[in-house]
Amino acid sequence: MSAFWRLHALIRKEIQALLGDPHGRKLLIAPIIMQLILFPFAATMEVKNVSIVVLNEDEGEHGAELLKRIAASTAFSDFVTVQDDDEFATTIDRQRALLGVKIAPDFSDSVERQQPATLQVVTDGRKSNASQIALGYVQSIVGTYAQELSGAAALPLTVRHFYNPNLDYKWFMVPQLIGIATALGFLVVTALSVAREREQGTLDQLRVSPLSPLQIMTGKALPAIVIAMAQGTIILIGAVAVYRVPLNGSVAAIYIGMVCYGLSQVGWGLLISSFCRTQQQAVLGVFSYLVPSLLLSGFISPVENMPGWLQIGTSLNPMRHFVELMNMAYLKGITLDAFVAAAVPMLLIAALSLSLAYFKFRTVRE
Amino acid sequence: MSTATPFKAYGFSWSRVIALCRKETFQILRDPSSILIAFVLPAVLLFIFGYGVNLDGTRTALGLVVQDDSPAARDFAAALTAAQAFEIREVYSVKEADAALLDSKIRGYIVIPVDFGRNLARRMPPGVFVGTDAAEPNSATLVAGNVQGVWNLWQQQWAAEHRTTAMARLEIESRSWYNPSAESRNFLIPGSIVIIMTILGALLTALVVAREWERGTMEALLAAQVTRVEILLSKLIPYYALAIFAMVTCMVVAVGIMGVPFRGSLAVLLLVSTLFLGGTLGMGLLISTVTRNQFNAAQTALNLGYMPAVMLSGFVYEIASMPKWVQAVSYALPARYFMSSLQTLFQAGVIWSALWANLAFLALATVVFIGLTLHKTRESLE
Repeated sequence: MSAFWRLHALIRKEIQALLGDPHGRKLLIAPIIMQLILFPFAATMEVKNVSIVVLNEDEGEHGAELLKRIAASTAFSDFVTVQDDDEFATTIDRQRALLGVKIAPDFSDSVERQQPATLQVVTDGRKSNASQIALGYVQSIVGTYAQELSGAAALPLTVRHFYNPNLDYKWFMVPQLIGIATALGFLVVTALSVAREREQGTLDQLRVSPLSPLQIMTGKALPAIVIAMAQGTIILIGAVAVYRVPLNGSVAAIYIGMVCYGLSQVGWGLLISSFCRTQQQAVLGVFSYLVPSLLLSGFISPVENMPGWLQIGTSLNPMRHFVELMNMAYLKGITLDAFVAAAVPMLLIAALSLSLAYFKFRTVRE
Repeated sequence: MSTATPFKAYGFSWSRVIALCRKETFQILRDPSSILIAFVLPAVLLFIFGYGVNLDGTRTALGLVVQDDSPAARDFAAALTAAQAFEIREVYSVKEADAALLDSKIRGYIVIPVDFGRNLARRMPPGVFVGTDAAEPNSATLVAGNVQGVWNLWQQQWAAEHRTTAMARLEIESRSWYNPSAESRNFLIPGSIVIIMTILGALLTALVVAREWERGTMEALLAAQVTRVEILLSKLIPYYALAIFAMVTCMVVAVGIMGVPFRGSLAVLLLVSTLFLGGTLGMGLLISTVTRNQFNAAQTALNLGYMPAVMLSGFVYEIASMPKWVQAVSYALPARYFMSSLQTLFQAGVIWSALWANLAFLALATVVFIGLTLHKTRESLE
């Protein structure tokens, strides 16, 4: 019983240390709100409002008609018309246009004579991602026009986008923020706060107290999970109430998933802290963990695009499993099998990292 | 008020700056994590990014339900299976396909319906159905676009083989300037350098001044015959040198080992990096001076450096496609200008017309952050 009260007191002290300071309180909430407001609008692979530069040397109707159709597309809002090759090149050099379309003098003629007519498209390779997507739009406009010219309109496909019929990127982004935006909090509250206590000498005081190492670790882990769950709840409310992303999955699955995710992130945080003596080292540790964990989570680019050895490496990354889980749990409604497949790796990471951290914490005495 | 500040009387002295820089440098060198910052971390992170972040789609797993046995249906199914972009898995019912989609086992599926062949022969819409998993909108867009592409091409071929309609042939000859192979790696690696340097830069200086305040050594320095400018310079110069070492490591790994082409000049790169580091190290110092507490400083620096650099700098998400007010926020980030400069320097070369605006904004950021830090250092003394 006394063990329980000791732990209880420790957790209270911990929460007070984190939330008692008004700056500290703000730092745990403000970034979450800021990210919730900004990032859903920033993360889009859709290309719109980009500039396109046009050099039309063709005087016939076909070139003009194609340009009219390209101009009508929502992807291209700014249409720069130039007169010669030099101007064309400098417009792209200066990044005034992402894409350039050049129509040769004989374009309409070739179309009329049923010869192959060529349209030159230049993309800015410095932004190859966006420019390749924009190129795709031009290709489909040209393709449709070619079909129409042949007199036989293309037979349509029926396409349905399940779970997100309008392909709204926010529907993907906002639920994923639960894992991404809370990650920093987990690590700050565990890795950084242990390092702070070590630097200030209060960790040694805790160690000579009747608290066991396990209790001290629990005292760090639980507040981190509680705070991150609160942050996650803010995002979840934002998703449902502000962004109106339909919650088709189960709230229970999301919260149980958050606990598993929390345990694994806290495990990493405590493991990092066990290697650090100063706050500066802890910050570097957090940085070297956090940045790759985001980029290798499948959030920015799909995990299946990575080489095999790296895919195996990502199984140690809690964020990867949580991205997978949230992807199903929010919009789709996750099946039990799929939930287990994502949750078990997180629990394994937690077990592994927490026991390593415990082992280091118990044996290393400075 | 400011004329009455006591240290004004001593004036600025380079010898004091040098002495302070030496002290700071010894402190940096004594800490083994400095080696980590300058050499190990940038190299390891860049390797991970280089292999891990890849936007050139590999084969997407798709389900295929073929309900028709006509030659046309079999031919179209074969065309789908042969397509580079897909890894087709034959599925026997729509129900099964739905379940696989729900569990994210496939990214989408295609149904070739019973009367496909018959409808096609009568030039009726054959009712091919494409379902995508739009819980991941990026891959859904890709799948829909690629299936459409295969369908258009197959239709033309089928029509050409079975009828004699002359197709208008409009061809697109596309060329990607600066990055002829349009490899995503060639722009993602310069982008990764920006992210690494942004966080590193902000973190390096965010903690140093805060630590001095925490330990009370800042008051001691200010009480001694040292001016604010001297203190700031002694913090900036050694960490600038350390960050430049990290930058060199990044360049060696990116160009020397990973073979990313660099078409700019190293002198211009040094200029851009210097202005960028001025802004970023300055931001770190400002955070440090305002919070005066390592814990809060670290948290602020990570919050300002990490996610915004990934999301708002033009790394993978095109800034022009964002709403105007989000674009306005991105103007405040030094990372945005560094990103654009590195993309130009790596892939296009020294194109001043694309660079000067970035340089001007970076210089402005340097002046603003360091100026604010100076201002805050004085304020806190009163």
